[in-house]
Amino acid sequence: MVAIPSRHKSLVLLAGVVVLQILMLAVQIKRDSQGRLIRVWTVGAVSPFERAGSNGFGWVRDTWRHYFALQNTTRENEQIRRENDALKLQLSQLQGKAAEADRLAALLNFRRSHAQVPMIPARVIGVSMGTASRTIQLDRGERDGIRKDMGVITPDGVVGKVVETYPNEAQVLLLTDKDSGVGAMLADSRIQSPVGGQGEPLLVMKYVPNDDTVNLGERVITNGMDRIFPRDLPVGTVAEIKSGNPFKQIRIKPAANLERLEEVLVLQSMRPLETKTEESPADAKPPAPNAATPPPAVRR
Amino acid sequence: MNDAFDIRGESHIEVHKFRAGAIIIATLLALVIQSSFPIHFAKAAVLDLPLLVTIYFGLSRRNPSTGLLLGMVIGLLQDSLSGPTVPLGLYGIAKTIIGYLASSIGARLDTEHPAARFALTFAFFITHQGLIVITRRILLAQPEPWFNMHLIVAALVNALVAVFLFLLLDRLRKN
Repeated sequence: MVAIPSRHKSLVLLAGVVVLQILMLAVQIKRDSQGRLIRVWTVGAVSPFERAGSNGFGWVRDTWRHYFALQNTTRENEQIRRENDALKLQLSQLQGKAAEADRLAALLNFRRSHAQVPMIPARVIGVSMGTASRTIQLDRGERDGIRKDMGVITPDGVVGKVVETYPNEAQVLLLTDKDSGVGAMLADSRIQSPVGGQGEPLLVMKYVPNDDTVNLGERVITNGMDRIFPRDLPVGTVAEIKSGNPFKQIRIKPAANLERLEEVLVLQSMRPLETKTEESPADAKPPAPNAATPPPAVRR
Repeated sequence: MNDAFDIRGESHIEVHKFRAGAIIIATLLALVIQSSFPIHFAKAAVLDLPLLVTIYFGLSRRNPSTGLLLGMVIGLLQDSLSGPTVPLGLYGIAKTIIGYLASSIGARLDTEHPAARFALTFAFFITHQGLIVITRRILLAQPEPWFNMHLIVAALVNALVAVFLFLLLDRLRKN
């Protein structure tokens, strides 16, 4: 057998390890498998620390925002400041809790107002590692009834869909991910077109012909055709329009704040939600008798 | 002569040993912070703490075999935690190579000086992103831009953070 010189051993090991991982990549592509077992083990092992880390950073952030950032305003009176500091610290913790309670109350109200649609509230405990994907990790999983391809929303709008589930956690692909997409339409003109991510904060609406009229600020809502989200959920608003060849280049500002998600709702049903419209009471019209039926035609 | 870039024989470079469990704890902490921190501070997503840990232990331990294996483990853990859109091996391959390069360079250069650490981390960050783009374009047939300004800014931020983080990690060394 040919002996490998010791100075080349690490190089041979490098080549071996890289080739092994390339083969692993090839197997995943060929079999369309995602190495589920390894992921389940890793997520199971790391997620308890992620929960602790998420809570810890939340506490630090709240303390910093409400306590340290205010210190400069109380320089004039050291004695009063000392007395106040303890109260401020308590206050900051209460404010953090109050802000969290407000968010949870908004979620609860939203859930109550759509009691006929089953949905699961979940807390965000992690975000994607690095820039290769845009995902979040939830503290609820299969044991709570979350399944793959369920839609995820906030009271503000669409967030993404569940792409992987584990016994106690779930991973959600955000709308801003390059591989993400949602069936959508413009709320006023009813032009239908998928909206997808580009790995950037803004989304892109594809396939709208140049001769169709689209206005800045126009609302974009789900059309229910992707079989993940019910109709009429807010996706975002038109933020930028450019002519393109052959379609317009339309960028959408997401309705939900995807950069700062802390609590979300996982939809367990495709049943339509009754969403608020932005019409004034004077402009409001009674619902059309066929409001639940799909739009007449796709214009593209 | 600048100590930071003093090219010496491999046998003259000090190999640093770490306290028991230091590498495992630092790796786990890097993964947890990478995952949790951006929930509350969105701009922190520009950091790649697992990469910085790979680079640090590669430069300090100066053993290419352990460097590349540590890089592989950290990379695969990062892949596993990144969701199914990131195939197992994407970060794994990139960090394996970075672990190997860092420990190989660490065995030839004195990399204790902050300026050397800044420059090396900057170069390794760009190389790491380049390897990910190559893997995506060639092995996964996914379109990915080769270069953008965000990459340079991210490399500078990571290099700056690395200078302070490495000083912190130096405290884990055995005296």
